[in-house]
Amino acid sequence: MKKSEVPQDKSNLESANFKELCYAVDEEGNYITENSSGWDPKTIALNNAIEEIKERVAEAKKRVLNNETSPIEYYMELHKMDLPILASYVGLWQWRVKRHFKPKVFKKLSKNLLQKYANVFDVSVEQLQDITKEI
Amino acid sequence: MKIDFTHHQSAHCENGVVSNLLKHKGHQISEPMVFGIGSGLFFVYIPFLKVNHAPVVSFRPMPGIIFKRFAKRVGIKIKRFKFRNENNAEKALEAELQRKNPVGLQVGVYHLTYFPDEYRFHFNAHNLVVYGKEEDTYLISDPVMETTTILTKKELNRVRFAKGAMAPKGHMYYPVEFPEELKLESAIKKGIKTVCRDMLAPVPYVGVRGMRTIAKLIRKWPKKKGIKVANHYLGQLVRMQEEIGTGGGGFRFIYGAFLQEAAVILNNPKLKELSLEITDIGDSWRDFAVNASRIYKNRSSELDAYNKVADQLVDISNREEVFFKKLKKAI
Repeated sequence: MKKSEVPQDKSNLESANFKELCYAVDEEGNYITENSSGWDPKTIALNNAIEEIKERVAEAKKRVLNNETSPIEYYMELHKMDLPILASYVGLWQWRVKRHFKPKVFKKLSKNLLQKYANVFDVSVEQLQDITKEI
Repeated sequence: MKIDFTHHQSAHCENGVVSNLLKHKGHQISEPMVFGIGSGLFFVYIPFLKVNHAPVVSFRPMPGIIFKRFAKRVGIKIKRFKFRNENNAEKALEAELQRKNPVGLQVGVYHLTYFPDEYRFHFNAHNLVVYGKEEDTYLISDPVMETTTILTKKELNRVRFAKGAMAPKGHMYYPVEFPEELKLESAIKKGIKTVCRDMLAPVPYVGVRGMRTIAKLIRKWPKKKGIKVANHYLGQLVRMQEEIGTGGGGFRFIYGAFLQEAAVILNNPKLKELSLEITDIGDSWRDFAVNASRIYKNRSSELDAYNKVADQLVDISNREEVFFKKLKKAI
């Protein structure tokens, strides 16, 4: 990549006001570094991934409201987690977390466990129990 | 308490932290030199592992290995600590800062507050340097950022004890012993040999053969998985290549920069020629990303488009095979 080809596309980096460093060659073929404000193919790939997550969150929300799953699954998706990640954050076996996805089981969870989940998701127990109270 | 530490931005976190820590100790070692000696170029497809609901393709070796190999090859001793307890981790970090010693940390990205939201995923092998503390705020030199930044005590503890795959467990490290002179010549040769060995490995999941395996899969994805999933997989591939810990194209350019530096140190003009060749290959990786992103942007359902990017990948793998064979001979 030549120095002049280092992409200067608009990207999500703008919001944090920083540019990333790229290695490129100058006219004589010597390597130099140059900052890039972003590159469209990367931005598209990232936005695609974000869209995907949003869909998963919306889907989970619907299922919580239909009483098909517990709010834990919704918050898990919201925090871009999957089962192994969530299980390690709360320090439980994966099968236990999965069991807590069942609305019936969730309703009987102890205060202690609820608080554990609430801490991981950075919400109050009240918000954990009722996702419509999410800010 | 603030250590007089100079922040240099880098393209990749692990190389950047190593290079910055060494520069602080008076050894002018560039980011590409760390990358090259640590054999940072790699390709692996891990069929049984999924991240973010897509198969894992990595363009780099396991996190931490670049540093480990680099240190061993140039003769530097590093001290490393992991902790079970947040308090102990914090105390150990502070004791080092008191000794005016900047410290490298492995952290999780998800809770890094200074990153844009969109970039915060559960990736636990990011690296940064802590170079001071003012009241309850740590002074941070994150090599991928343009300038230094800060994290509160609570924030730093949270990223040091992120959970999930490759959990950092408070991992902190710093160089303790340097030889009188860093033995670059032999280290460079070792670094190059390892990359050639790995990229030419006779295994279908690693190196140029791994790329061919992925190319085959790309052709099958739309039929086998449906367009939506195929597009998600392809998008994830481009992200691993270009964004998550940088990768494919970018790594080829860093490697090109390394070969140019190595050509001077080893007085070997052949390496300069090869640097131009890997630069060209890096450009092809970028073309691949452009074409792949076009497919999922337009939600294209032509099978032909998938075959085309797969062909492109096979072409790249052929050129890299030739390249690494030449590189092996050149040293």
